[in-house]
Amino acid sequence: MNTTQHTINWKAFLKYGLLAGLVIVYVSAVGMLEAFNEREVIRDVVTLGQLLIVGAPFFISLIITQHLEKDAGNIPLPARGLIIGAIASIPPVVLVGLTQVINFRPILVNINRGMVEVLTFENESLLVGSLILAAVMTVAGLAGSSITLLPAKPRRALLIGLIWVLGVGVMSELVTGVLSEHFSRDFERSLFERDTLKATTAAGLFLITTLIALGWGYSNDDIKKQYRALPTSSQQIARGSGFLLLGLFLIVLPQIVGSALSETLSIVGLFMLMGLGLNIAIGLAGLLDLGYVTNYAVGAYVMAVMTSTGALGLAEKTGVDFLNFWIVLPISVIAAMITGFIFAVPVLRMRGDYLAIATLGFGEIIRILALSDWLAPIIGGAQGVLFIPNPTIDHIVLWRGGQIIAALLIGHILRAFIKPDWQPSDNIYVATITKFAAYSAMGLVISVAASEIVRAIFFSSLDLSGQAIVRGPQQIYYVILGAAILALTVSVRLNNSRTGRQWMAIREDEDVAAAMGISTARAKLLAFTISAATGGLAGGILAVKLGTVFPTSFNLLVSINVLSLIIIGGMGSIPGIILGALFLLGLPELLREFEEFRLLLYGALLVAMMLLRPEGLWPSAVRRRELADDDSVSTAPAVGD
Amino acid sequence: MALLELNNVHAYYGNIHALKGISLQVDEGEIVTLIGGNGAGKTTTLRTISGLLKPREGNIILAGEDIIAYKPNELVAKGIAMVPEGRGVFAKLSVADNLEMGAFTRNDKAGILQDLEYVYNLFPRLYERRTQLAGTMSGGEQQMLATARALMARPKVLLMDEPSMGLAPVLVDTIFDTIQEINNEGTTILLVEQNAHVALQIADRGYVLQTGEIVLSGDAQTLQKDETVQKAYLGME
Repeated sequence: MNTTQHTINWKAFLKYGLLAGLVIVYVSAVGMLEAFNEREVIRDVVTLGQLLIVGAPFFISLIITQHLEKDAGNIPLPARGLIIGAIASIPPVVLVGLTQVINFRPILVNINRGMVEVLTFENESLLVGSLILAAVMTVAGLAGSSITLLPAKPRRALLIGLIWVLGVGVMSELVTGVLSEHFSRDFERSLFERDTLKATTAAGLFLITTLIALGWGYSNDDIKKQYRALPTSSQQIARGSGFLLLGLFLIVLPQIVGSALSETLSIVGLFMLMGLGLNIAIGLAGLLDLGYVTNYAVGAYVMAVMTSTGALGLAEKTGVDFLNFWIVLPISVIAAMITGFIFAVPVLRMRGDYLAIATLGFGEIIRILALSDWLAPIIGGAQGVLFIPNPTIDHIVLWRGGQIIAALLIGHILRAFIKPDWQPSDNIYVATITKFAAYSAMGLVISVAASEIVRAIFFSSLDLSGQAIVRGPQQIYYVILGAAILALTVSVRLNNSRTGRQWMAIREDEDVAAAMGISTARAKLLAFTISAATGGLAGGILAVKLGTVFPTSFNLLVSINVLSLIIIGGMGSIPGIILGALFLLGLPELLREFEEFRLLLYGALLVAMMLLRPEGLWPSAVRRRELADDDSVSTAPAVGD
Repeated sequence: MALLELNNVHAYYGNIHALKGISLQVDEGEIVTLIGGNGAGKTTTLRTISGLLKPREGNIILAGEDIIAYKPNELVAKGIAMVPEGRGVFAKLSVADNLEMGAFTRNDKAGILQDLEYVYNLFPRLYERRTQLAGTMSGGEQQMLATARALMARPKVLLMDEPSMGLAPVLVDTIFDTIQEINNEGTTILLVEQNAHVALQIADRGYVLQTGEIVLSGDAQTLQKDETVQKAYLGME
């Protein structure tokens, strides 16, 4: 065999080309192509279905052609994409041809005239149509590989622009909804035609986003360099103001995006809470828990039964009527923790797959218990618990709470300016607490004085004696935001603590961890118990968010979703969990308009994710170090072994 | 007085009778080595002492106290630390974190810092690599780390399982020099080795294990001269 580097491995081209082609055949055969064709992404220019036809060869050659160095021999880069595109067009063209010979209707109902029309771009002659299809796909392949010739920064900018246009085009209904809520109807109409992106708008949007991305790409390095050159105190201030801006953004977010997207954000938030909890068991301690839904259910049912005003509620049954959301929320959390503890005891000695199966069983036990007639007198069985009231909050509490939060923030900022080197005590704990108390007290004086003066002058009629009802997704959002901030803080602290490292040691090697003096039983119990806490928190909030609790809400899919979002985000990484929740829970909510293909898309995204970024969207520092080539490791003289 | 004493210890893996009545003793300040072939029960003996495996019969006495009932983590606090076979460092934790895990049972901050300084002096390379992930280091460095980590528990008895396994001959000498140095500082060492030659060179006394039983014991020098030992473990005819 000829082994010079000019050997061309046609098999590789065939493999990737056919992959793209078969994707199109598949989406055609399940009816996705035709359904997607109903939606125009850019008015009178391109539909979502056509985008699929172009997208498959484009992305495959974008990703693959650079990696074909060995297989492609001396074929230049653009030509590789051309070949892949041409090969990709074979399966759909064959499919079009076959429809003329074989009647697929009895088996695959979706392979019909409509589908053929989409594939042949509604051309009268099938031959001409097929030729157009082949040409379009070949050009798409060529385009995909040609883009890789550009230097990294313009290429990135171009792709970002493309993603923006397609994103806005696909989500146009959401975008128009938001636009018409905040701007005049005419403004929205000037950009969109019947909720579809106009060609001119699309071009403008592409231009703007690409230019911004380009500018950012080139200035990014400078900004980073300048930031590093700043003194530590200024860096702290910069970071602090960054957080402050992010906080403000999160506070106004539900008002900007409206009620529908706030609902999505709330769901994302609830799953993020659960992700943070499960991460302690899986990401830190390595305990594969597939029954996380248990904690969610316990939290929700405790909240439901204790606060419901219906027949099942405690108030009705025992006359205890002082319980409200705020009192019961901690009880929900504690109940979930107790459940977590109880369920952890029997599985302490199990490892790996066995543990996963046992916990999987627990999840089912809870669901079946919730459905059972046996517990129906208490938690309603299949009828569920109804009449869970919305939380209320006294205006005065909101006012004072705002003052306290402002006080803490001001105190934190003061710390950077007034005596930043102050060391009140040699004992680190005493010093930390003293400093915190002193600065917070200063902050409190300032925040109370300022806010009361402002109120006295401008809002003297403001009535603080009433109550506000937390109702609807836009307000529940804030409860979830608060819970998420709390859970995040605790998670980050745990991650960097001695307890956190103890869990990591168990994950690495349980026997050695025990031989180091770690009580593995205690550490695992602690991991399960703490991990359950945020599940209970999320469950409690879910109960008031829905106003009702039914057993059907607590199925296996919840556990799977929480597990997947951790894996997608990157095991053990806290920012990864946030991204994972947005990606896995947010995206399907936004893609809801695709209805029946939602789970298919979701699955395809997951597979693509695992192939392209197996370490997760935002891997933890440890995993990143592990997977990256670390110069300091490879260049250091190693002591041989 | 013996610091560590095993009396007629029987241990099983399921139905397999792995230790058939082991009796041995380690005096304070000694290096005692257990030698023997594959499957002789050397590692099992160490696992039994450190509490990872519970004996069905017999007792284990540390400084006059029967320690059979204690869990592995409690034994660390009692003064038994182990350098496990195949190093067993926490691959995804940094060197410094690994060392911190070694001192897990201790609460005296000052003492821990002092010991940290001691092990960094003993193994300067670990200090150079303190932020590196343990799994990315070479085998020799990992062996150093596992040893240093065990020392962080400030043990009375250090159990070492096959420290020479998988290391280059040059490194084996370095590691054994270090073992002697640790011993000179006052730590008692029970050393399990397949490499009987080096083990007997640094040890005070030795025990020879065969299929779960002690078949021979004595001074290291005597054992080195013993005919069966020479034939079976030192490769001399």
